[in-house]
Amino acid sequence: MDLLIAIAIMALGALVLGAALGYAAVRFKVEGDPIVEKIDAILPQTQCGQCGFPGCKPYAEAIAKGEADINQCPPGGDEGVRKLADLLGKEYKPLSAEHGQEKPKAVAVIREELCIGCTLCIQACPVDAIVGAAKQMHTVVESLCTGCELCIKPCPVECIDMVPVPETLETWKWKYPVIEIKPADNRKAA
Amino acid sequence: MLQKLFKFKGGIKPAYNKQQSTGEPIARAPLPSRLVIPLHQSIGGTPRPVVAVGDKVLKGQLIGEADGWISAAVHASTSGTVTDIGPYLVPHPSGLSIDCVVIEPDGEERWIERQPLDYRTMAPEAVRTYLQQSGVVGLGGAVFPSHAKLTPSRDVPMEELVINGAECEPWITCDDLIMRERAAEIVSGIGLFRDLLQPKRVLIGIEDNKPEAVAAMTAAVQAAGEPFEVQAVPTLYPAGGAKQLIRVLTGKEIPAARRSTDLGVQCFNVATAWTAWRAVAHGEPVISRIVTLTGNVDKPRNWEVLIGTPMDELLPLASPRNDTDGVIMGGPMMGFLIPAPDVPVVKATNCLIAHSPTLFPPKPPEMPCIRCGECARVCPHELQPMDMYWWSRARNFGKAQEAHLFDCIECGCCAYVCPAHIPLVQYFRFAKSEIWAREKERKMAEGAKERFEFKQFREEREKAEKAEKLARAAAAQAAKKAAEAAAAGDGAPPEASPAADAEAAKKAAIAAALERARAQRAQVQARNTENIPPDKAKEIAEIDARRQQAGLEPAVGTPAPGKEA
Ligand code: SF4
Ligand code: SF4
Ligand code: SF4
Ligand code: SF4
Repeated sequence: MDLLIAIAIMALGALVLGAALGYAAVRFKVEGDPIVEKIDAILPQTQCGQCGFPGCKPYAEAIAKGEADINQCPPGGDEGVRKLADLLGKEYKPLSAEHGQEKPKAVAVIREELCIGCTLCIQACPVDAIVGAAKQMHTVVESLCTGCELCIKPCPVECIDMVPVPETLETWKWKYPVIEIKPADNRKAA
Repeated sequence: MLQKLFKFKGGIKPAYNKQQSTGEPIARAPLPSRLVIPLHQSIGGTPRPVVAVGDKVLKGQLIGEADGWISAAVHASTSGTVTDIGPYLVPHPSGLSIDCVVIEPDGEERWIERQPLDYRTMAPEAVRTYLQQSGVVGLGGAVFPSHAKLTPSRDVPMEELVINGAECEPWITCDDLIMRERAAEIVSGIGLFRDLLQPKRVLIGIEDNKPEAVAAMTAAVQAAGEPFEVQAVPTLYPAGGAKQLIRVLTGKEIPAARRSTDLGVQCFNVATAWTAWRAVAHGEPVISRIVTLTGNVDKPRNWEVLIGTPMDELLPLASPRNDTDGVIMGGPMMGFLIPAPDVPVVKATNCLIAHSPTLFPPKPPEMPCIRCGECARVCPHELQPMDMYWWSRARNFGKAQEAHLFDCIECGCCAYVCPAHIPLVQYFRFAKSEIWAREKERKMAEGAKERFEFKQFREEREKAEKAEKLARAAAAQAAKKAAEAAAAGDGAPPEASPAADAEAAKKAAIAAALERARAQRAQVQARNTENIPPDKAKEIAEIDARRQQAGLEPAVGTPAPGKEA
């Protein structure tokens, strides 16, 4: 009997606490700042820090607070700036040169025979795209790599290279139709 | 057998140009000097190569194994030696190279052991797998693996099986000829599809400009005693589009972004039925297909061509005229110019049209849209191409999508009639591939964001855990000190608020760490100078004194003075 009472009390306690926690989760939910979320959704999430902030979210927050300009993210490129300008109702301006240039997407590749397994690159990778263990060979999971280049510097044996992603049938895109402009005279029936 | 036919909106009647290539029966193309067989020939996963360079292969031997359910196997088209596996140019508008298996034929055409399959005694699942391993894919142009389409939907009963013999694109006659010559085997193949899908009705749709094919198919169906209905449908481009043919034969309108199976309809091409039957009844995987050679040539004709035959070895069979300046694969409406003359024939190659400026005069330059509405009138999907064009051109992809861009089947009717000569379909393809790429990028970014946030969370947690451990140790130490102080009779142990407490704990932690470091250093020093002879000790002391004078290092706690000794 005592045992049953004990169990009942514990169960009741669990229920009450559970309900309280559930209520608290709803009642005190910390709403993310919607404008920050919207800005963050435009940023490419490369997490490279070229904008001068430790990741896309901090940059989004800085933009929202008016502490950073909208043209500091090179991976986002021109289009990113345009989208931010649209969202925030600001004037478009070209990508700021001091933060770097837009370049084609590349991924990090570790020359595995040189890797000494120091794990420094794992610590540097902002998106956990590198796998390996101490004193073991490391490798980059290509599909997860954002191309932020943050793992290049820390590597003591300089065995990480950025390799441009080649175009495949899956990633190939139809080009914008170009309108051929022919000189008015000496026009040939090509 | 007469039934009511339905109509789809729009459509055009271009010059058909089919009679040129129907004069002669299908002939077998001679063995080429080499075969370049792309591994990726159908929608879905790229087959994995299962042969190595130097291997001898037999005709019909598996060279690429299907990767995943939506993927179909690839086979050697003849016997010979594998001379290379690597990237080669393929007939694709991108002009990109993909992995191909190159085979040098030995001329013997030695087959693998071919075994007919009694599919009626087998489980449907096993038959589907067998078709996948035989490389049976849709030969109408979409090259979707057929076995995947032969799985009946679980929730919707299969009502109609539609067999597509419409062949609505100008110039192409390969389906026409295969129906004229091989109707019996096509009907057997349709029987196989019927047994796998169990539809209530089977409808075979053929455009009424192919009376011979209609007659041959009707006769074959009667001879086989099957209840299939052969229907001549009005000739109107694009009646051969799957959705259009289904509309004409069943009256069912398939909404965008839904598959025909959702409405209980499935659609196959006639040539696909033929290859499926060859695979089952003769154990022959798909290693060849019928290709129409036509256009600017002297001898247009249909040929049975081995997959992998370089097109520059094939086209001379039709004697192209001198002013030929390119080759279109597919029809003039939906096809594209091949990127190089020697790209191989693949399972999707239904027709090669020799291109010449007289036959296909260059389009006059694009002019601004005058919003005449002609394009909307002919669009078989009742779209508003001018709006889709407007938004695609402005790169406003969201709006383009709202204008139902993804319902467009790229049939080219709109561009055909546009008086402003706007290459509408090119704009639509451009917009579609940009949207797909963006979608992919967005997914990547979402994943990256998630992993970034998780990593940050993990680092925070680790930091917090470490701090907590330190704080606990410091608190213990503080308690000990307090106890000591109390024992010394000092009284008044430090009473403080929790905040100050934490502060104190942190300070205590730092002090403790400093203390530990000092102790460690002392230990190091003690070990090194523990038992050395007196003269050495004196020397060290002198050096230390000198160093101290020079202001180099503090006298006490110098690390490892032994080094200088
Ligand atoms: S610069 Fe790098 S870290 Fe900064 S917002 Fe752009 S992608 Fe994110
Ligand atoms: S930083 Fe360089 S050496 Fe160290 S684990 Fe990474 S790849 Fe290997
Ligand atoms: S047919 Fe051409 S010109 Fe006419 S509305 Fe359509 S796109 Fe514009
Ligand atoms: S190409 Fe697209 S928009 Fe143009 S007529 Fe065909 S389905 Fe309609």
